[in-house]
Amino acid sequence: MRTGISIAVVTVAIFVAFAAHAAPDPASEKLLKSTSDHAKFKALQQDFDSGPEVTKACLSCHTEASKQLHRTQHWTWEYLNPDGQRLGKKNVINNFCTSVASNYASCTTCHIGYGFKDNKFDFTSEVNVDCLICHDTTGNYRKQPGFAGNVVTKPMEIPPGSGNIVKPIDLKKIAQAVGKSSRDNCGACHFFGGGGDGVKHGDMDSSLASPDKALDVHMDATGNNFACATCHVTEGHQVPGSRYAPTAQDKGGAHLRGKEYTTNPTTCQACHGQAPHKANAKLDDHTDKVACQACHIPAYARGGVPTKISWDWSTAGKMAPDGKPLIKKDAKGHLLYSAAKGDFILAENAVPDYMWFNGKVTYTLFGDKVEKSDQPTRINHFEGSADDGKSLIWPVKIMRGKQAYDPVNKTLAVLHMAGNDDTAFWTNFNWEKAVAVGMASVGAPFSGKVDFLATESTWPITHMVAPAKDALRCRDCHASGGRLEKVPGIYIPGRASDHANWLDTSGWAIAALTLLGVLGHGLARVVASRRNK
Amino acid sequence: MARMYIFKRFERFWHWAQAALIIFMLLTGFEIHGAYAILGWEKAANLHTTAAWTLIGLWLFAIFWHFTTGEWKQYIPTSKNIVAVMNYYSVGIFTGAPHPFRVTQLSKHNPLQRLAYLLVKLFVNPLIWVSGLLYLYYNELGASKIAGIAGLKLGPIALVHTAAAFMMLAFLIGHLYFATTGHTPLAHIKAMITGWEDQDEPAPELQRGGARAKAARVS
Repeated sequence: MRTGISIAVVTVAIFVAFAAHAAPDPASEKLLKSTSDHAKFKALQQDFDSGPEVTKACLSCHTEASKQLHRTQHWTWEYLNPDGQRLGKKNVINNFCTSVASNYASCTTCHIGYGFKDNKFDFTSEVNVDCLICHDTTGNYRKQPGFAGNVVTKPMEIPPGSGNIVKPIDLKKIAQAVGKSSRDNCGACHFFGGGGDGVKHGDMDSSLASPDKALDVHMDATGNNFACATCHVTEGHQVPGSRYAPTAQDKGGAHLRGKEYTTNPTTCQACHGQAPHKANAKLDDHTDKVACQACHIPAYARGGVPTKISWDWSTAGKMAPDGKPLIKKDAKGHLLYSAAKGDFILAENAVPDYMWFNGKVTYTLFGDKVEKSDQPTRINHFEGSADDGKSLIWPVKIMRGKQAYDPVNKTLAVLHMAGNDDTAFWTNFNWEKAVAVGMASVGAPFSGKVDFLATESTWPITHMVAPAKDALRCRDCHASGGRLEKVPGIYIPGRASDHANWLDTSGWAIAALTLLGVLGHGLARVVASRRNK
Repeated sequence: MARMYIFKRFERFWHWAQAALIIFMLLTGFEIHGAYAILGWEKAANLHTTAAWTLIGLWLFAIFWHFTTGEWKQYIPTSKNIVAVMNYYSVGIFTGAPHPFRVTQLSKHNPLQRLAYLLVKLFVNPLIWVSGLLYLYYNELGASKIAGIAGLKLGPIALVHTAAAFMMLAFLIGHLYFATTGHTPLAHIKAMITGWEDQDEPAPELQRGGARAKAARVS
């Protein structure tokens, strides 16, 4: 009897135990942060034949999304400078691939839209906003160069006649897996600015997709693991922190939850406040003159990807002995010369230049008069001074080069580089034809002559923030020939060029004469005392 | 040989601590200025600041001591015997003439010393104090809104501080040398350590010091 009861108790106990395990335990399941599983949405359970079809499905729930994006630089590629200059990708000229104008279909691979193939693009179209380029989480979403931002949905030979078949992408799968923008999403374009990995910025390249702590203390993939949007805090799709509207000096405190801020959330101060140096408060005394980045980004292009610091278009077009376009590479396989683009100089672990910067950037645009001289033409330049009360000393990358201009009309040239036509430079290597078509595309006069002039552009260095232990040391600037040697208008203890020469000369002379005097006096004493004995 | 207790315990402590701090601050200061690299700029700057605060603390004690003991009177300048002393250092010291000045507890310093120390205390030291503190608190000057210092630039502040440092350096060189001019080269230094000054003549003659000095001046 007792045995029977025992067996029954044990059986019940086992059953209860099993039942407890069998029931789903909500606490142990991974919590989905989103309230939506996009794979379950009816609108996404269909095969899509094009990008706009996906966007249409997105808009069926996210009704305001495209209208929000229409108001961003990501969409308009335009920015009105406070001084009235019309900037933005669509309008500026740079000294990398030079201009979007006349090369839309190639450049707009990085536009957040579909079909931006010329200057007649409809910027009011909602379905042409590309949701997936920023929200794909699969890593499979691709936009092929030359397709004006459209995606490949059927097997295609690219370029035509090359035998290279590009497989279509599965838009359904990608659409069902959308999520928040990651470093990979932003990086798909921003790491590759200037036409390749790390080419343009110097502080942004593919090494930031999964950086270690030494490369970026915030994005450190096994540590803080910041996404781009952790700093570029985005609301209503408006991404703050454009270099077209830089905040050179942030005098505000750290942003707190529960408060409304109108200031740029991407600045260092927006998190760290005004007095972040706990171990050595003297360092806080620098923040009125020196941008955080100046010390905390000791070098750019630190992730193993070189950046271009010089691009000389004037040497482009050389052919190899076999008649094919000439190519030169360095030991690591990085391009140093190509017939299509000319000569490059690459840099890794590059020491920035430093200059006063007050947030105002002025550009040389199409149509502005340029003059060939010893001084390079400044494609853009940072304004600022020691005394305007708005400037800090910023680290910058200076991009140098030579690029085409019209020596008769004295304007920078618009180049028709890419395209499957007889006039594109990358097809026929003829400058006159490429510039003629390029200038015509923006309605600018062209004399028919092409020459090259030296140019220079300035890029802020603000990413790749190193851990505190790798920041610059005092001696890096508090010395003659230090990093800030050429920064004017400020007294830097230890920098000889700030010294009053008359004082140093006379000071040491007086000390030396005093020493000589007393030594002479002492010697005379010794001689005298010998004689007296 | 007769001995006389001249330098009190605090006085000796103050002297040597100040000596060490000033030499250290000259070394670190000129490193900060960029004249050479020994400790490294960061260490030099940090230690220079620490030494500055230590010296300021020491000076506060010393000022208190000078006024409570009446020792400040030792620095009242006098022209009495000054030419005799100058004569001694330019001639007498080589001919074996006796020093025209007799040290007593009430008058430790010869007229040249009085003048030199007073100049250091009333001119060089304040110049260093004020320019050094402005240097240290340069960032707060603008926020202070005090007319006259709010607009001061670091360059002029550093210029004055450096100039004062050169003056201190010249003083130090001279002072170190004069420390060797006792009746033996180490006599003054020994006195500064022990407090006891050797008297090379019998005590009674001390009272005639004035007359001897007058004689020296005439000669």
